[in-house]
Amino acid sequence: MDVPSDRVGVDGAAVAPPGEPRRPLSQRYWRLFAFLRDRTAVLAAVVLLAAALGAVFAPWLSAHDPYEADNLLRFAPPGTPGHLLGTDQQGRDMVARLLWGGRVSLLVGVVPTVLASIIGLALGMLAGYARGLLDQFVMRVLDVLLAFPMVLLAIAIAGVLTPGVTTEILAITVVLVPYVGRLARTATLGVVTMPYIEAARAAGGSSPVILARYVLPNVLSPIVVYATTLMGLMIVVGAGLSFLGLGVQPPVADWGTMVADGRVVLRRAPHVTVLPGVVILIVSLAFNFLGDGLRDALDPRTARR
Amino acid sequence: MGKFLVHRLLGVLPVMFGVSVIIFLLMHLAPGDVTTVLLGPQATEAAKTELRHALGLDQPLPLQYGRWLWRTLHGDFGVSIATQLHVAALVLPRFVNTMLLTVASLFLAIVIGYGAGLFAALRTRSIFDRGTMVVTLLAGSTPPFWLGLILVLLFAIRLRWLPVSGMTDMAGDGGALDVLRHLVLPAVTTALGPAAIITRMVRSSLREALERPHVRVARAKGLSRGVLLRRHVILNALPPIVTITGLQLGYLIGGALLTEVVFAWPGLGSLLYDSITARDMPAVQATTLLIALAFVLVNILVDFINVLLDPRLRDA
Repeated sequence: MDVPSDRVGVDGAAVAPPGEPRRPLSQRYWRLFAFLRDRTAVLAAVVLLAAALGAVFAPWLSAHDPYEADNLLRFAPPGTPGHLLGTDQQGRDMVARLLWGGRVSLLVGVVPTVLASIIGLALGMLAGYARGLLDQFVMRVLDVLLAFPMVLLAIAIAGVLTPGVTTEILAITVVLVPYVGRLARTATLGVVTMPYIEAARAAGGSSPVILARYVLPNVLSPIVVYATTLMGLMIVVGAGLSFLGLGVQPPVADWGTMVADGRVVLRRAPHVTVLPGVVILIVSLAFNFLGDGLRDALDPRTARR
Repeated sequence: MGKFLVHRLLGVLPVMFGVSVIIFLLMHLAPGDVTTVLLGPQATEAAKTELRHALGLDQPLPLQYGRWLWRTLHGDFGVSIATQLHVAALVLPRFVNTMLLTVASLFLAIVIGYGAGLFAALRTRSIFDRGTMVVTLLAGSTPPFWLGLILVLLFAIRLRWLPVSGMTDMAGDGGALDVLRHLVLPAVTTALGPAAIITRMVRSSLREALERPHVRVARAKGLSRGVLLRRHVILNALPPIVTITGLQLGYLIGGALLTEVVFAWPGLGSLLYDSITARDMPAVQATTLLIALAFVLVNILVDFINVLLDPRLRDA
């Protein structure tokens, strides 16, 4: 079966054909095996797990306090005994700051994406299932949000409201909802014409039941794949907001504010800027690879050639 | 063709109406009192009330919105709180500078993306192809503001080839060459991410077009590679490429906002940043509205180019 052009996600990736109802258990295990065979994706998952564990267990993993300044040991280069990755302009340990910074950065990348996926999924499914006026209204509102370049809207929202992690999360969530919503609607439109939906209706199933039991499972996988890739992008966008000072406020730092802090001492101690950027790059890349791996595992048809 | 353009341009109106409502409400949600900003913390309550009345802030919200929209449509964006200048006069030169940066970045992204994508597609699975794919993956995940700083470190601080920031030198003549030297690093920084995505799209789209039956026939006829590409491949591969290039403009404009801050490029991005820091809401409003409008119009232009390229889309 050809994948019709309207089942193409926002990033141009093919969306899983919504044809089949739930697969039997053995086939779902098969998907897990398919994923585990994909070495790049497994490596990406390991990297992300390590980053998450590092953030969660930061107090136990780092020998230093991320806020403790040491005036005698400013600008220590990476490899200094006791400070594996050196210290910044206030003599604060880079390893400790990167681990603690991951707490905010990962939060800002993951939480808004999850929130936006839930909201976007609900809106998209409702619009695609109900059609008519509701569909028109929801889609026009999403169109308006899509009329802003992503970063502009995030900066405007985060900049106008009181800066902080909550604002940053809110800003990124609002920006993402239309992207997920559109994809969810397209996927739903493909599902609702399927015979098993008609059968469920004929059997007297109410709309909430049909949406939850038959539509949701079949539109979920493209959303999960898309959300995973988005997390990688949002790590970068969130770091950008923090870089502008619109996110987490000092003394707490995330990877974006660390890059901003390093900017003033770029000449003297480049590692203060370079290291957090490399971490952002690796984590963002890992989310992308994980997304690719999930796509291939969830939908064998689009497996890379 | 004319009908298509008119139809799309009329479609801009409801979208821009929605955009203006969002921007207006957002500014209204902003914490802090404008009157305190304008009159200072020592102002009496009576003076504040008077000013609020003078500014029309005591009127119902829809009425305030209507008045704001009316003035905005007439090119009156109000007076900047931070600089006391008319926002329109403040924004216009910045808009030109941002356009300069955006167009330069787009040009770079297209040249790099189309060039690298074409070579990669023609030499599938070669070292060049694999290398290109690795680089595009890395470039797609690199935070642009960080990349800018790394480029500054390499080319401005270490090698001293290019200036660190700004648009002209204090000592320089401010001529085209001077601006061009300042433009290189910000433009490369902004272009790299979009260039990566365009490269991947060009590569996959060309590969697909190269595998079509009529191309195989043309190749069997013994056409040279150049003729084959020109006559049978490139036009067929273009629509998705144009679409993705248009999509990249959004990222490009967004990325330029951050790049401008890194390089102190005097465009809308650094104006937006300064205005947000100074809580200068009229300037924030105007900047946001202007960028969104430019983005919407550019998207129509991209659709139009696609229709020009692919007659099948004309009836759709």
